[in-house]
Amino acid sequence: MTTVITVPPSLDDHSFEQVLDQLAAVPPDAKILVDARHVRWSSPYGLTALLTLAQTRTERPALAVPELDETASYWARASFFHHAESVYDLHGHYPKQRDAGESNALLEITPIVKTDDIHKLVGRVQERAKQIIQAELKLETKAIIGFTMTLSEICQNILEHAGAGGWVAVQSYKWTKRLGRRVVVIAVSDAGLGFRKSLETAPGHLPSARWDDAAALEEAVIRGVSRFRDRSRGQGLAGARKYVGRWAGKLSVRSGTARISIVPGWDDDIPLAEGLAPFPGAQVQVIIPEAVTSGGPSQR
Amino acid sequence: MMNHIDISSVLRQTLACDLYSNLVTRSTGAAVRGQIEQLLSESSERALTVIDFTQVSMIDFSCADEVVAKLLMRYAADDPPQDAFFLFRGVTEHHTDAIEAVLERHGLALALEEGGEVHLMGAVSDDERSAWSATYKLGRVDAAQLAAELDTDVDSAQERLDSLCRFRLVMRVDGQYLAVGSPRG
Repeated sequence: MTTVITVPPSLDDHSFEQVLDQLAAVPPDAKILVDARHVRWSSPYGLTALLTLAQTRTERPALAVPELDETASYWARASFFHHAESVYDLHGHYPKQRDAGESNALLEITPIVKTDDIHKLVGRVQERAKQIIQAELKLETKAIIGFTMTLSEICQNILEHAGAGGWVAVQSYKWTKRLGRRVVVIAVSDAGLGFRKSLETAPGHLPSARWDDAAALEEAVIRGVSRFRDRSRGQGLAGARKYVGRWAGKLSVRSGTARISIVPGWDDDIPLAEGLAPFPGAQVQVIIPEAVTSGGPSQR
Repeated sequence: MMNHIDISSVLRQTLACDLYSNLVTRSTGAAVRGQIEQLLSESSERALTVIDFTQVSMIDFSCADEVVAKLLMRYAADDPPQDAFFLFRGVTEHHTDAIEAVLERHGLALALEEGGEVHLMGAVSDDERSAWSATYKLGRVDAAQLAAELDTDVDSAQERLDSLCRFRLVMRVDGQYLAVGSPRG
């Protein structure tokens, strides 16, 4: 028997929880069909998380591709189908990446499995990030450097803590529904150990009375704790947190059954969500918005 | 003796690739530091080494931790492999956030050459900073000369010089002190 998992029409970090809620009661070895036929829009988080979802299944899942040409074309340009072919049985018609037109993504979905992947993607993103962050988000040069540093650090989290490869995508778009401004978004997702298990491997780790995914995220994201005894470690997420704070951005990290967020004034998300449907590994999202003044989007 | 290490050249050798000029990832940083230490081991017992970032596009926190912080920590330790001093060059806004962050985290400081002048970056106190500036301006000094320049007592001046020695920001030469990068050295 195949369980059908319905993907919501608008797929982002919040609506992806609906996918996980449906999946919670389905054993990993059960056959599933991820029904994305009615998806109209997806954030980079949604696409990378869909790829990760497939990696959490022991039985190869199926995915019904979006019916809307515009959506399928975007997914193709973002390299989703290219990678999905290796983890899903795809159903329905979809364009090959080369036929889908020029991608406007800062970075199409890219696998991260080794250090060299990070060197390559940082090199690829740098020039385009400069153009978008200066011209579209109207931020200072320092924001470009910090953006590339943040991208590098959160990708390294995959290599250092996940114990398995992961995915990264970077996209810039006008976030009409939520913000009414342009944003640049980094999404990184893996199906590895997750923060709680990673921190449990630290030498001498003693779990507190309340030790769960939420506590592990607080340790790692807020207090900069790492599984390594070396106090040099744990700077990556601390740096990302500082970066989003400086540019009024948002950082959210989901792992296991919890999600922690550094929430800017323009967003109404909760800082810590607990008791979510379980999902292996870690999913990180960084959103940097266009600068704004009281007169509207402008210089910060 | 003065050495010059072009970090971008070391990076290219480390990665065996000419394409990259970004210092990113902890493993890359550790490999670059290993190369630097190898080069230092080939130099004389006491050496001033210019660490040149001019051709480095950017550096992330993890790499800065390996290339800068761990390098400084190793040679500022009680049992350093050599009597090494460092002068950093070519550090711009593309590098400062990461380097400042790791210096603060570990309580370190470095001497940075910029526009023909040298100044300090990192976790030094105001007293240490003013002592260093005076030493840099005067050339070789002893505690009494520094005390006169800073209008303080000799013990206090000596304390600041000792502290700057621990940071490896001044070197002892024939009973006197010389700021790293001092033009009068």
